[in-house]
Amino acid sequence: MERDGERIEITISSRFENIELVQVIAEHLCENAGLDEDGSHWIGMAVREAVANAIKHGNKLDVSKKVYATFTLRGSELEITILDQGEGFDPTAVGDPLNPQNLMKTSGRGIFYMRTFMDAVQYSFSPSGGTSLVMTKDLAKGSGLASSKV
Amino acid sequence: MKATSHNVNGVEVIKLDGKITIGSGDQQLRDVIGNAVNQGNSKILLDMSGVTTIDSSGIGELVGSYTTVTNRGGKLKLLHLPAKLNELLHVTQLITVFEVYDNEQQAVGSF
Repeated sequence: MERDGERIEITISSRFENIELVQVIAEHLCENAGLDEDGSHWIGMAVREAVANAIKHGNKLDVSKKVYATFTLRGSELEITILDQGEGFDPTAVGDPLNPQNLMKTSGRGIFYMRTFMDAVQYSFSPSGGTSLVMTKDLAKGSGLASSKV
Repeated sequence: MKATSHNVNGVEVIKLDGKITIGSGDQQLRDVIGNAVNQGNSKILLDMSGVTTIDSSGIGELVGSYTTVTNRGGKLKLLHLPAKLNELLHVTQLITVFEVYDNEQQAVGSF
């Protein structure tokens, strides 16, 4: 990967209209690193879901609170960190959306999509507040989704 | 998101264009379906060909729309799914919930 060591940081206020800014950065970084358009789209989608959760569940739509996104490319591995300034939320409280009793729920699929599109998704919580989400993806493996193989 | 509709043999065909994402389109979709149902439409076909972006909130609203219509004794079906939306419905197994068509005439005839 020619862009080994690339690191991009962006800070946004907690407004839904800022989500796309972070998503576009993720997609461009992936495409510049050689991932195809579909694969880049799915990583952008994971980022979109992560930032939306940080704004809604983390910062609870408080526009004075920030969401920090960091993208780091090490070889072919992309590490994405999304940090909010909220009270912290329990991602395990969300039920499995594939469970038949959850299938018709109108929410609870964001983390599932993140786990689907990324290799690893890990939450951690700071004692001083804020939720940190680290997602990683080996770009050399592609997206692994059917639409990327067409 | 923009929604335009026409009626074919008693089926309300609603074409959605643009984004159905958190804070942009998700609430609009809820309103569009609510209005259609309140106007007495029980057969609703959502043409998704113009949907450019959808996220988990948009998917959730699609599920909510399906429930709203079926709870009122109606049917909601999908037409012209973009590939990425199709993928999102597959990975969450929601593709087993929705009836999906590629041809409007066939879709209208299925109600």
